[in-house]
Amino acid sequence: MIYTYDVVVIGGGIAGLITALKASEKCSVSVVSKIHVTRSHSVAAQGGIAASLGNEEEDRWEWHMFDTVKGGDYLSDQNAAEILAKEAPGCVSMLEHLGVPFSRNSNGKIQQRRFGGHTQNFGKVPVKRACYAADRTGRTIMDTLYDECLMRKIPLHNEVFINNLLFSENQCCGVVGYDIRDCTPIVFHAKTVVLATGGAGRIFKTTSNGYSSTGDGFGLTLNSGLVLQDMEFIQFHPTGIFGLGILVSEAARAEGGILRNNKNERFMMKYAPSLKELAPRDIIARAILTEINEGRGINGEKYVFLDLRSIGKETLLEKIPEVISFIQTYLGISANEAPVPVAPTCHYFMGGIPTNTKGQVLVDKNHTIARGLYAVGECACVSVHGANRLGCNSLIDLVVFGLRTGKSASRYSIKHNRVSLPVETEKISENKIAFLLEKKGNSSVYNIRENLQNLMTEKCNVFRDGQNLSLALDKICELKKKYSDLVLNDNGTHFNYELQEAFELGNMLKTAESILYSAFKRKESRGAHFRTDFPEREDTKWLKHTLVASNLQGLKVTYFPVKISRFQPLKRKY
Amino acid sequence: MKVTFKVFRFDPIKDEKHHYDTFVVETKLNERILDCLNKIRSKQDSSVSFRMGCSYGICGSDALTINGVPSLACQKLVKDYNYTSEIIIEPLKFYSVIKDLIVDLDPFFKRLEKLKTDEKRKPINKLEKRENIQSIEDLKQFEDAIKCILCGSCVAACPITLEVEPEFIGPAALLRAYRYIFDSRIKNINEKMLLLEKAHGIWSCKSHYKCTLVCPKQIKVTKTILKTKRKIREDLHPKT
Ligand SMILES: Cc1cc2nc3c(=O)[nH]c(=O)nc-3n(C[C@H](O)[C@H](O)[C@H](O)COP(=O)(O)OP(=O)(O)OC[C@H]3O[C@@H](n4cnc5c(N)ncnc54)[C@H](O)[C@@H]3O)c2cc1C
Repeated sequence: MIYTYDVVVIGGGIAGLITALKASEKCSVSVVSKIHVTRSHSVAAQGGIAASLGNEEEDRWEWHMFDTVKGGDYLSDQNAAEILAKEAPGCVSMLEHLGVPFSRNSNGKIQQRRFGGHTQNFGKVPVKRACYAADRTGRTIMDTLYDECLMRKIPLHNEVFINNLLFSENQCCGVVGYDIRDCTPIVFHAKTVVLATGGAGRIFKTTSNGYSSTGDGFGLTLNSGLVLQDMEFIQFHPTGIFGLGILVSEAARAEGGILRNNKNERFMMKYAPSLKELAPRDIIARAILTEINEGRGINGEKYVFLDLRSIGKETLLEKIPEVISFIQTYLGISANEAPVPVAPTCHYFMGGIPTNTKGQVLVDKNHTIARGLYAVGECACVSVHGANRLGCNSLIDLVVFGLRTGKSASRYSIKHNRVSLPVETEKISENKIAFLLEKKGNSSVYNIRENLQNLMTEKCNVFRDGQNLSLALDKICELKKKYSDLVLNDNGTHFNYELQEAFELGNMLKTAESILYSAFKRKESRGAHFRTDFPEREDTKWLKHTLVASNLQGLKVTYFPVKISRFQPLKRKY
Repeated sequence: MKVTFKVFRFDPIKDEKHHYDTFVVETKLNERILDCLNKIRSKQDSSVSFRMGCSYGICGSDALTINGVPSLACQKLVKDYNYTSEIIIEPLKFYSVIKDLIVDLDPFFKRLEKLKTDEKRKPINKLEKRENIQSIEDLKQFEDAIKCILCGSCVAACPITLEVEPEFIGPAALLRAYRYIFDSRIKNINEKMLLLEKAHGIWSCKSHYKCTLVCPKQIKVTKTILKTKRKIREDLHPKT
């Protein structure tokens, strides 16, 4: 089966849908998603979307930009951070006019709340900048955009798994994959391809991400001989439900939740005396693990308490109803009466496929463009989030850069002629599937995956060091060998998830390897990347972006400078 | 502890008719049914197919029939059932089964599309102008409906779709219509209400309350449908 469109968007999360909606104004576009688009992990976003509307108290885009850059430990490209902060209010306004049911304040305006690292007056005091719809912000934005796609009759190809980018005449001209329903190969012939495939939390044992966050976009990019940027920077959210990793939104702390150790101490006073529980996530995640490592976890276990009791039942039910409800379901606790056991959980990838501010994918440190290929959302790296993302800055990143990407991808498609597909493209997917189904090796997908998740959790977590990273790189080589000796027990063609998981595992291994190598090479601590053997930030040597490539010869890193405009790097204190 | 699961199986390539397989799973009281199903896949039989997504009840992927009742596998724990006897896992009713626990949800999503009116769409641009004003009370009018996660449970539980009128538009689409009709920001709602009145539309609902009973997000679905009916009566058929 071959479909032809001007623009084909891989991924139906908020990034993909915004891009498609924008592009559809000028040309033909479709969205391809391995799970039904309304199941994309963007629906999980709870806390809010950042914009300096100033509905509650004075706010300015310059402050938002500053917070983003400082939050990113000065690794953010400031031209991109400036765009993000400046365009955020207009984008939230657009969402509201499309119909997103934001929570309201008593004036009928969009209500805003505090969120980690967002401040007034360049770091002075916390500011209410997060716009939200209770704790269903992602869900309500997704539903609105999905309905909008239906109204505009944008074709959605659901439950199609993409496993290859297609290039000819030195430009990207489509993708190939298969229908998960029955393994039929499907080719999308396009003038431009947009990757909006989300994150890769599933490479860790404990994560807030859903089953579909397996880093396929990272794998597709590396497999095409292209590079990834700043992969060592992975955000661990401080408050995952202990054991499960399910996220308790930062909104819980914004509404007054307090972190306590086994001595009932409010320990954030020590680590971030001014912002306390509303310090950026990298700082709180390290604080929690330091408490645990020094023996102050609850009952000697590897968790601390998030205490929501002082907030009051009514406010809890109004502001974070979903969170309260799943705490009850999974822990059998009423958060109004008992503290919640929490520990850091893998949450977000600051790095990704390098792009410029139009979403065009970059192939090297000289910013050469991959023609016809775009990336946006969590899988992309523009880079606004630098070494550590602030809460609520991802959703606004998806919308601001989704619009820009949709616009530039459609312009490119109008200006350029279609190049023809390489020969026998359907065969690519067909052969890959047949190869996996017929393989008679000795290793199981589940065994390798579990090993990978344990490895990443043990060796590449919040705290890292050279020795462990190097060990992990060796171990990954072993896992890759095992992967080439795979055997599937299910060789059916209809909804064969083991087959899909085998493809995903390939991407997960590639992603993990690029992370480990980038982390091994960066011999400093910055934002979410903390090396116990190099605990300081070192701007003279390391104020630069990493690019990592992976080919037959192995892994390779190169570096390029950070774009700095308004804000010179300062020591980061909260 | 060990718990026995009886799982509905059907492979369109091999089977003429469905059958059940029994799996004994090592689990805990607090584990999700979804965790148990995943253990079956990773340790016993990887060919058991079911959908999953977020794993905590917000994406709507894993609605199944568990012991006869439509439920999200990620929202139900082992202790929620009588685990000393078998826990029976089946696909959602009403929809056709594609493979094992996976049903064809196209009829579900098509129903949502049916209620789309041909309004002119606004350009997708960032806006200079500010947001619409909406009071807290006005938001409350439709807030219950925005909790819907499109899991399809309500349609699979509705006695009208199941027994009387398979073409019935169903509770989820009616809830979605309600979400727009009662949103104070939306002006031209008459067209939408007229659509609801078509054959197999809102008047086919006989308030059996089954949708409300099974909704995993505790939405008062029937109540919203009754409110919509009242509004249609008042606005489109006023008694003069
Ligand atoms: C629990 C949770 C809460 C969060 N809360 C917030 C918040 O309050 N505020 C905030 O700003 N951010 C928040 N985030 C972060 C934010 O939600 C995500 O970064 C963002 O939603 C990612 O969106 P996306 O569109 O890039 O990707 P996703 O929404 O993950 O979508 C990825 C899409 O790609 C498709 N896809 C992937 N691989 C393939 C393939 N091989 N073939 C075909 N399709 C494929 C998937 O099917 C899916 O449609 C939260 C994240 C989590 C996990």
